[in-house]
Amino acid sequence: MGQFVTEINANGVIAVDDTIQVKGYETRAGSRILEGFKPLFSAETVERLEGAGYAVAGKSAVGEFGLDLLGEFAHGGPCLDASGALRGAAAELVAAGQVRGALNVDLNGAPRRAAALSGVDFLKPTYGTVSRYGVIPCACSGEQVGVTAKTAGAVRELLRVIAGHDPKDGTSLPAETYDYGNGKDVPGMRVGLVRELTDAASDDMKARVTAYAERMRGLGVTVEEVSLPLAEAARTAWNLLLCAETCNNVSRYDGVKFGYRSPDYRNIDELYVNSRTEGLNFLTKAVILYGSDALSKGRYVTCYDKALRVRRLVWEQVKGLFKDFDALLCPACSRTEYRPYAIADAFKTVFEESLFTAIPNLTGVPAMASGGVQCFADTLRESSLLNLAEAMEGSGAK
Amino acid sequence: MSERWETVIGLEVHVELSTKSKIFCACSTEFGGRPNTHCCPVCMGLPGTLPVLNRKVLEYAVRAGLALHCDIDRETRFDRKNYFYPDLPKAYQISQLYRPIARNGYVDIGAKRIRIHEMHMEEDAGKLIHSEYEHETYPDYNRAGVPLLEIVSEPDFRDSAEVLAYLEKIRSLFTYLGISDCKMQEGSMRADVNLSVRRAGETALGTRTETKNINSLRAIEHAIESERSRQIHILSGGGAVVQETRHWNDDLKTSTAMRSKENAPDYRYFPEPDLPVIFIGEDFLQAARDSLPEFAEERQARFVEQYALPPKDAARLTVRRETAELFEAVVSRGAEARHVANWLIVHVPHVLKTLSENAEDIAPDPSELAELIRRTESGTVSRADGLRVLEALLSTDGPFRVSDYIRERGLSVNNDESALEEVIRRVIEANPKAVNEYRSGKTKAIGFLIGQAMKDLQGKATPATVRERMEAALET
Repeated sequence: MGQFVTEINANGVIAVDDTIQVKGYETRAGSRILEGFKPLFSAETVERLEGAGYAVAGKSAVGEFGLDLLGEFAHGGPCLDASGALRGAAAELVAAGQVRGALNVDLNGAPRRAAALSGVDFLKPTYGTVSRYGVIPCACSGEQVGVTAKTAGAVRELLRVIAGHDPKDGTSLPAETYDYGNGKDVPGMRVGLVRELTDAASDDMKARVTAYAERMRGLGVTVEEVSLPLAEAARTAWNLLLCAETCNNVSRYDGVKFGYRSPDYRNIDELYVNSRTEGLNFLTKAVILYGSDALSKGRYVTCYDKALRVRRLVWEQVKGLFKDFDALLCPACSRTEYRPYAIADAFKTVFEESLFTAIPNLTGVPAMASGGVQCFADTLRESSLLNLAEAMEGSGAK
Repeated sequence: MSERWETVIGLEVHVELSTKSKIFCACSTEFGGRPNTHCCPVCMGLPGTLPVLNRKVLEYAVRAGLALHCDIDRETRFDRKNYFYPDLPKAYQISQLYRPIARNGYVDIGAKRIRIHEMHMEEDAGKLIHSEYEHETYPDYNRAGVPLLEIVSEPDFRDSAEVLAYLEKIRSLFTYLGISDCKMQEGSMRADVNLSVRRAGETALGTRTETKNINSLRAIEHAIESERSRQIHILSGGGAVVQETRHWNDDLKTSTAMRSKENAPDYRYFPEPDLPVIFIGEDFLQAARDSLPEFAEERQARFVEQYALPPKDAARLTVRRETAELFEAVVSRGAEARHVANWLIVHVPHVLKTLSENAEDIAPDPSELAELIRRTESGTVSRADGLRVLEALLSTDGPFRVSDYIRERGLSVNNDESALEEVIRRVIEANPKAVNEYRSGKTKAIGFLIGQAMKDLQGKATPATVRERMEAALET
C-alpha cells in the first residue's frame, strides 16, 4: 500500500516526495536528522502545481535522502505490497488511484524503479528543465524532479506545469515553457535496445524487455540491439559523484539550527557527533565515507576528476547513439520483484542496481519508466519518450 | 654574531566588494546591521536553497582583475570548499580553486613589481560573537554571503614597507574602481601574511608560516616584525621553523600557533554543481576594459603636467578619485588650478574637521565651489567670510547659490573708504604703544594693528587694502 508520511489536504490530487519541500509541513527526506524541520518555503515545482490549481494531498515516503532502491530504509519503515514485496510509496499511491500524480526526485533512479515495479509511468526530464529549488539536495549535478502518473498523458500534463526557467535555480535552462506535445510520430521511430543493460538483468526482466520491444515493432518502430560499452563506467562515475556531492550536502546537518538533536551530549562536539550518529542511517553513512574519500587530497584527481571525465565520455557515447536512434530501451532495474534486505548490504545493492539508472543522472538526458521498462532519449526529447509510452499504452502494453 | 637575514613575504588579501546585495542572494551587504537581520534562507544555507550569481560581482571581479594586470579566465567557475565551522551555515564555502577568474597579474609599487598569482571570487562567512561572560558563542550571519575577492601574491615582498605600499596600492586601485571601500577597521580589507626567512644570499625559500587575524596596517607591520624575529631566533639557535598557521593577537603584539601542517584541514574542493560555468564574452570583457578609470598614478602625473601643480599636491589630490574629479570639475568652471588645489588640500579638510564630517560624505557642487574660490581669491570676499561660506557649503544645510548667499548676508567686501579710514584712525588712537614701535623702526608691529582693524571691520575688507591704508596713515 502507498503511504503518506504527512497528510496535507484530503481533497489533494498530488503526492509530493518527502525530499521536496512544502512550506510549513515537516520535510524529513526520509531521515531522522531532519526531524521537525518545517521549511520556510515551498519548492518551485510545488508552487507551480498549486498555482495551476493542483492541491497537494501529502508527502510520500522516501528512503533516507532518496538514496536507497525503493524507500526500504525510510525512517518510517518500508512500503510493501500484499505479498511483502518492496514498492515505492508514491508509485503505489498513483497505482491505487489515491492521487493523480506525484513529484519525485530522481537522483539514483528510485522513482523510475518504483514506477516500473508498480506498473505506472515516471519521467525524469532533461537536467535543467525543472527547477531544483526546494529539493533537499544530495546529488546536485544530476538529480532532477520528475513526475509519476498512471499514463503518459497525465505525466505530460503535470510536467508542462512544473517545467520552465526558474531564476532561483542557477542551473535552470532559459526556456520559459516546454510543450512536450510536438514529438516525432511513433511509426518510423528507431529504438536501440541496450545490450549491456539487458544482459545484466534477470531472466524474467529480460523477457519483459524483449516482449516490450516486440510490441514496439508492432507499432512500426524499428528496434535494434545497440552497445553502450561505457555503461559500467557510467555507474561507477555516477556513484562516485553522487556520494561526493551527498557527503558535502548533508554536512550542514549538525543538530544545531534545525532537525534532530541528540539529547545525549556534554559539549558541542558530542552534540554534533551524537546527533549525526543517531540521525543518519547506515547507508547514508557509507555514502558519506565513500564520497569524502573520493574528494580527499590526493584522491581528487584519481577519483572525482576522473569521474567527471568519464561523464564527458559517456555523454559523447550516448549522444553518438542518439544520432541514429530516437530512444534507447533497457530494464529499469535488474529484477521484477524486490524483498526487504539487511541495511548492511544496502550500499552494495544500491551500487549494483544503479547500473540501469545511472546514465540519465550522469549525462542529464531524459529517462522514462513505462510498461515496466525504461527508455532514454536525447536531451530535450521528452516528447519522443511520451509519444512512445502513449502509443504503447494504447497498444495494451500495460 | 650578526648574520644577515632576508625576509620573504607573500600576501593573501581579502577584499569585500561594495555591491548592494550579496553574492548569491538578494540580501543587503550593509555593514553593522543588527545581528541576523540581513539574512534569508539562501545565505543561511537552509536545505532546498540554491545560489544564483550576482552579475555585479562578476563585473567587479573582471574589472579588478584587469586593474591588477591579470589574465581573465574566459571560462571561469566556482568550487565548493568544505569546512565545518559554525560561521559557515552550509558547511562549505563557495569559492574558486580550479578556474579562478584571474591569474598572472602584477602591481607596481614604485620601481618594484609584485606579481599576483591569482585572484578569485568567493562568499564571506558569518561572524561569531563570543560572550565575555559565559561560555557561549552567538553566530551572526549578516556577513555570510557578502562577496569577496581574494588576491594571492607571489612571495615577492622583502619588508613591511613593501607590504604596506602594496596594500595602499590595492586600496587606491579598488576605490578608484568603486568596487570596495577597503577599510581594514571594518574588515572590508583583510590580509594574511605568509612569511619565511633565509640567510642573505640563499636562493631556496625557508619554511613559511601564515599569520591570520591582522586587522590594521599597523598590526601588519608589528606582525611581520614579530614573526621575522621569531623565525630568526629559532633558526639562529639551530632550530627549525614549523610550517603552521598562526593567530595574531594585536593587544599582546604576539602570535600563537593555531594549527600545524599535519592537522591542516583538507578542504576537499570540488566544482560547485549548483552554478554553471561562466563564459566571459569579448563584449563583456571589452566593456570592463572601457570602464577602467585613469588611476591615481597616471592622474597624478597628468595633474603635474597639465595644471603645473607640485608633485606633492598632485599626489594629495589623487589619493581619492572623488577629490581628483572635484578638482578638475572646479578648475573647468573657471577657478585657478593652484587656488583650487590649495582649497581642496588645506581649507576643505580643515572645515570638514570642524564639522566632524568625512570626506566620503560630502559632494559640493563644483560650480558653486569655483564661484566661491574665485570671489575669495580675487578679494571680493574676505578670506574669513570665504571660509564661512565653505563651511555652509560643506555642511548638510542643503544646496544654495554662493552668489545669493554672499549677497543676502552682506559678505561682499566693499572696502568702504570712509568706514575704513574711521576704523584705522580708531585703531591708531587706541594702540599708541604699537604705533610708537612701528614708527621707531619695528615695522612688524603693523601686523598687530592690521589684525585689530580687521577685527573691527569684521572681515569686510581685504588685508592687503587695510595694510596699504594703515601704512599710509602711520606715515603721516
